Amino acid sequence: MENVILTVTENRPITPSGNVYRMKLEGDVSAVSRPGQFVNLKIDGLYLRRPISVCDVEDGLLVLIYKVVGKGTEKMAAAAPGDSFDTLTGLGNGYDLGPAGERPLLLGGGVGVPPLIYLAKELARRGAKPSAVIGFNTAAEVFGEEELSRHCESVTVTTADGTYGAKGFVTDALPQQYTHFYCCGPMPMLKAVYGSTVTDGQLSFEERMGCGFGACMGCTVRTRDGYKRICKDGPVLSKGEILWDN
Amino acid sequence: MGQLSVDLCGIRLDNPVIPASGTFGFGYEFADVYDINCLGTFSFKGTTKEPRLGNPTPRIAECPAGLINSVGLQNPGVDRVISEELPKLRKVFRKPVMANISGFSLEEYAFVAERLDGEDCVGWIEVNISCPNVHGGGMSFGTDPKSAGQVVSAVKAVTKKPVIVKLSPNVTDVTEIAKACEEKGADGISLINTLLGMRIDLKTRRPVVANLMGGYSGPGIFPVALRMVFQTAKAVKIPVVGMGGVSSAEDVVEMMLAGATAVEVGSANLVDPAASKKIIDSLPETMQKYGITNLSDIIGGAL
Repeated sequence: MENVILTVTENRPITPSGNVYRMKLEGDVSAVSRPGQFVNLKIDGLYLRRPISVCDVEDGLLVLIYKVVGKGTEKMAAAAPGDSFDTLTGLGNGYDLGPAGERPLLLGGGVGVPPLIYLAKELARRGAKPSAVIGFNTAAEVFGEEELSRHCESVTVTTADGTYGAKGFVTDALPQQYTHFYCCGPMPMLKAVYGSTVTDGQLSFEERMGCGFGACMGCTVRTRDGYKRICKDGPVLSKGEILWDN
Repeated sequence: MGQLSVDLCGIRLDNPVIPASGTFGFGYEFADVYDINCLGTFSFKGTTKEPRLGNPTPRIAECPAGLINSVGLQNPGVDRVISEELPKLRKVFRKPVMANISGFSLEEYAFVAERLDGEDCVGWIEVNISCPNVHGGGMSFGTDPKSAGQVVSAVKAVTKKPVIVKLSPNVTDVTEIAKACEEKGADGISLINTLLGMRIDLKTRRPVVANLMGGYSGPGIFPVALRMVFQTAKAVKIPVVGMGGVSSAEDVVEMMLAGATAVEVGSANLVDPAASKKIIDSLPETMQKYGITNLSDIIGGAL
């Protein structure tokens, strides 16, 4: 974990729905070590920081994609180039790339898609041939298809209302063969993916957090391997350790 | 350079700043951020006899000037605290630490206190009789002078370490509880624990935290905490440790003027992991600004 000041270089809506933004920030992002990690932004006028998953990272540049859902993300959406955020970087365990195998499958739902973009890039860099299935409510909310296509063998998009790609959910469009799966999305999707996948895999969870770095015990869940803090021991849990009775 | 050290129940603190229990774990998360040996001490995560998962999530709700938590005393239990957490703590912190304990019966309080009495790294035992999160738990001890006194007697009987009793603000007259604890031999009082609070989500029309309500902390409670520290410091002769929304060196000075011998910093650590260090670093400048050469001279200066 590092506490750094990051400066906005770009911040604009990327979907026709107008409520999903891509923000690019400049600064020291060396603490981000793995896809699936998150950063925690201090936002003027709000007491708690806002955890946002890392969509991509390069030397000195951090990309976040976020949906405007409340006061914190509303204030983020209002930020202009040159504005800066006090940010804790390199939070969470992130995805383990070790068990990916040759043909890993990436499964994303809504704003669960962004961390898969960084993940796809890293998997491809290591010689794997990932494919992705990403789901949205409707055509106006679709994003990430092009970014994922740069690193994936195939990208399938589903929409619940059938206005773009295949009609249905991500779990309706799973390929026959894959070596390992990586998932990020809302809780109903995580449960459906858990029940529909045939290999081992890793799922990223969301929970209301106090600190984001393991101190407050605000986001603890029970797993087969004991109690885990979603912010510090997660947000990524392996399929085998998940219990759904929390 | 001003003099920052204070004496807390016979143990010298290099400065009066103490990260509060529940906001600092067992220290090692923060040792990644800064050398925590700069602290006066810290109060470790509330420890009980048995391991506790705590309350269901969500456990956190934001407030305009703070947060509500309903963690519910999640901890691995005193045996694993001693076998796993304290060895890790000792690697990163060389000073005596404050052991925060809780219980659901007098026997449990005594059990945990006795175990921790045998640990050399423990300087003080801070007894939480006020956690508002646990059904039928600590709350009942902390809201009645007689049962508060019984906890003190039970803990004092099994430890030679100084016993500091952490009081709940959710009472009619906190000084009655403080005086009962002093009478039964408490070596110090710390206050305030969190104020019972609540938030409702307008979209779902349901309480934000699964436990319905929780403890409100953060800068919003500072004036309430300061008032209760002031009243308690007037009512008892034993040292008072002030806490509640402390976020700056100015807040530390204000708490000490209200009668606090030392000052705990809680929620601020969760928003800025280096908050306690920053407060310590800015104390000399703040002392100079207000003409303070020896910090311990101002304890109770406004009483």
